[in-house]
Amino acid sequence: MASSADRNPPPFPASEEPQPELSDMAEGDSDEGEDIFVSNSHPASVSRGVSQPEEPADLFSEEATTTAKPNGVHSDDDDLFAEAQADLSSDPSSDSTRKDLSSSSGPPSARSPAALQPTSLEQVPPLTKLLRNPQTPAGNHLHRHLRLPVPICHVLFLFKPKCLNCFGFRFCINVALCVAAGRRRGQGYFRCGCCCHQPRESRRWDECICGLQSIHQGVYFKALMFNSGCEVLCSHSPSFPRVLLQTSLPMFKSKAFTARRRFSDFLGLYEKLSAKQSLHGCIIPPPPEKSVVGMTKVKVGMDDPSSVEFVEKRRAALERYLQRIVSHPLLLQDPDVREFLERDDLPRAVNTQALSGAGFLKMITKASDAVSKMTIKMNESDTWFEDKFQEVDMEEQQLRKLHAVVDSLVNHRKELCMNTAVFAKSMAMLGNSEDNTALSRALSQLAEVEDKMEQLHQEQAGSDFFIFAELLADYIRLLGAVRGCFDQRVRAWQRWQEAQSTLQKKREAEAKLLWANKPDKLQQAKEEIAEWEAKVTQYERDFDRIGMTVRKEVLRFEKEKAKDFKSQIIKYLEAMLQSQQRLIKFWEAFLPEAKAIA
Amino acid sequence: MMQEGLDDGPDFLSEEDRGPRAVNVDLEMDATLQVDISDALSERDKVKFTVHTKSTLPNFKQNEFSVVRQHEEFIWLHDSFVENEDYAGYIIPPAPPRPDFDASREKLQKLGEGEGSMTKEEFTKMKQELEAEYLAIFKKTVAMHEVFLCRVAAHPILRKDLNFHVFLEYNQDLSVRGKNKKEKLEDFFKNVVKSADGVLVAGVKDVDDFFEHEKTFLLEYHNRVKDASAKCDRMIRSHKNAADDMNRIASSLYTLGTQDSTDLCKFFLKVSELFEKTRKIEARVAADEDLKLADLLKYYLRESQAAKDLLYRRSRGLVDYENANKALDKARAKNRDVLQAETNQQLCCHKFEKISESAKQELIDFKTRRVAAFRKNLVELAELELKHAKGNLQLLQSCVGVLKGNT
Repeated sequence: MASSADRNPPPFPASEEPQPELSDMAEGDSDEGEDIFVSNSHPASVSRGVSQPEEPADLFSEEATTTAKPNGVHSDDDDLFAEAQADLSSDPSSDSTRKDLSSSSGPPSARSPAALQPTSLEQVPPLTKLLRNPQTPAGNHLHRHLRLPVPICHVLFLFKPKCLNCFGFRFCINVALCVAAGRRRGQGYFRCGCCCHQPRESRRWDECICGLQSIHQGVYFKALMFNSGCEVLCSHSPSFPRVLLQTSLPMFKSKAFTARRRFSDFLGLYEKLSAKQSLHGCIIPPPPEKSVVGMTKVKVGMDDPSSVEFVEKRRAALERYLQRIVSHPLLLQDPDVREFLERDDLPRAVNTQALSGAGFLKMITKASDAVSKMTIKMNESDTWFEDKFQEVDMEEQQLRKLHAVVDSLVNHRKELCMNTAVFAKSMAMLGNSEDNTALSRALSQLAEVEDKMEQLHQEQAGSDFFIFAELLADYIRLLGAVRGCFDQRVRAWQRWQEAQSTLQKKREAEAKLLWANKPDKLQQAKEEIAEWEAKVTQYERDFDRIGMTVRKEVLRFEKEKAKDFKSQIIKYLEAMLQSQQRLIKFWEAFLPEAKAIA
Repeated sequence: MMQEGLDDGPDFLSEEDRGPRAVNVDLEMDATLQVDISDALSERDKVKFTVHTKSTLPNFKQNEFSVVRQHEEFIWLHDSFVENEDYAGYIIPPAPPRPDFDASREKLQKLGEGEGSMTKEEFTKMKQELEAEYLAIFKKTVAMHEVFLCRVAAHPILRKDLNFHVFLEYNQDLSVRGKNKKEKLEDFFKNVVKSADGVLVAGVKDVDDFFEHEKTFLLEYHNRVKDASAKCDRMIRSHKNAADDMNRIASSLYTLGTQDSTDLCKFFLKVSELFEKTRKIEARVAADEDLKLADLLKYYLRESQAAKDLLYRRSRGLVDYENANKALDKARAKNRDVLQAETNQQLCCHKFEKISESAKQELIDFKTRRVAAFRKNLVELAELELKHAKGNLQLLQSCVGVLKGNT
């Protein structure tokens, strides 16, 4: 990630304040900070208090919390910065900053003060600390009002309502809206399969009632760079349904908000981003693929485990997708992204449908691109690009192979799971029919052990899939995006070359006109030449710029990739470790039984 | 213990303990007659076993001698026991299963065909794996044959059988031809008749409570063991498949790791190493499970079948006895052929009683043997699982420690 010094804060128009301060603010972010909930209960800030008490109502009426806030970010940029500045100069104690804010909320007072919370960048606690402390007065306060704490930000999909206990399936996702929806529709609460047989108890936020702790920790949807001031958390606790988007960036209207989005919205976002940003050579993370089979099953309402899994898989993939977008400094500043995260109702992204007009157009452009790629060979002045391209290609191939093998591992483990369950039952029956009591008991114990092993295998298969296989699949797609990036550069080069050849033709035309001596047309020709010359220089500059961006992007991508792989694989190995420990416990419990056979 | 999971080399012959390699059976070996299989050779189609005998019995010409036998000869020996009326009252040790290398041979063939599509390392690795598998199957089949011989040698009556002595001693080929088609067909019909008969006979309620109880028990037990054995096999197979997959993952990671020398690549190399080792352990777990659990179940499947056969023979004897009684009564009533009927009846009675007596003892022995074998194997299974899991855990812990330390 580029160091904070390089990074420029969002380029707000007419913003005259010196920018660097923001980045300084950003650095100190992680550990301290104001408890946003606490701040809300503080009398001084109630007025602006993200109207937290009111929010729940807002939340459930499905309007983004922004309705209470009159002004959007875009119109109040200068003031925003002014305030931010003021706060920065104040001393970092929460009270004083708050007071400052309230005092300085002069002209832009109408604006949502919540947007100003960002000032306390240093003082924003990581939500983790917050969540571990359900005793915060604010927490209770909210509880009283609403029986659910305020979800800070949701990005929800319109899937079936989820379990109330663990608030999700294995990978918990906030469900408050669905639960609320359930309430409104007069339906009861739902519980997921893993929680069905468990008593309702309060648990720690990172512990699932199912005991499947490691997986249930939820995904830290955390923007890696605190520089961007954006910490997106997704955690899971009976009290905090969630995808929390806690942002300290002034560009968001409120500090925390939720929105409902459909799958096509995500695809639409991707389309928009690629149309714009890829021209600059950014690597746009691709969204998960459409799956007709999976979706139809879900729509038809079949309740079998494969559709449940499909939903989970998609949810996790979309979360990772958003996480990548949000952690990219350039993309985060894109107004489309903000709109996606903030607006209540996105216009339906129709052009992502396969059979729409736009879909056909896309196919045609893709085909023509492919053809042009084949016909025009770029003479590469910079070998770096060529080498990198080769590397990327090879890597993609190998990741594909690895992915195929991991897939088959997942399948075999699932098979093992099934077979173990069946075997356990048959062992139990054998134990029943055995007439030596000690042996009979031992055999039933063995059957139980095998049952537990089955569960272990199932979890292991889950972790195989969700941690390992999905990681590989994601990176295969990302590598495809990287290749697209390179292609963009080639296209820029092609444009430049074409412009040059057109310029050449125009010059020849001019020469001919000169010779034919037609002064009026000559003037026109000269104008055209000037125009094309300008274009040529611009395209050349574009090309160079893309080249640089691509380089930067690729380096950043590689760093991210290394980090990602390492962390995920370590997570996977730790899961394996835990399952081995449990296995040891099971067999240790069985051994004395076996020895007791007389 | 003979089969300690997958040993790496073809060290079959170098096994130290040559004691009773009774995998599933607890036998007391006494010095008067000790039998074992000292060697085995696998040719394309058949396996040749070298049966080695040590004996102090007077009827053998030498004290120690060896012969080479094939699978068909074992079957012949078993069948001769079964057909011998004198042994009707005993549980005949079940015949060893045919050596079946088809699956393994197929895989080797496929490997040979696919040689071009894999890298050299992959190929050698897979070849090694397949060879290890082949070796494991081979060892198992040898063990089965040996257990059969040991059971016969340990049985107080069967060990005195003449056929058995011939089997052990006769140097030349026993020229036991496999059954030709006619005989196989005969066998088939005999089996059909037998099972029909068995159903009829099973309907006869037994006077003796002990046998009645045993009958119901054995029937149920046999079915359940069959079920459990099949399912155990399937489970272990998928376990092996998963372990194989880990092997492929390891090699893929290895190629990824050798692309470059960046940090990430070193990371990949380390993980690939880990997967290799883990996979070895997993494969061992599967092999041990196979050995302790699946083999146990399979063996007792066959034994319970043999016990059922015993009960059938006894019931048959009972029915014959009752029929002879009826015939005697009829003869007495008609006053014709009384003497013949009487002798017949006496014979049947005598036979039946002999069978009943020995059967009772056999069945009790069967029970004790079974309990002991299960205990032994379950304890060993649990211990092995623990050992492997601990090894695996240690491996994972050290690897994760190193990886975390590096990053």
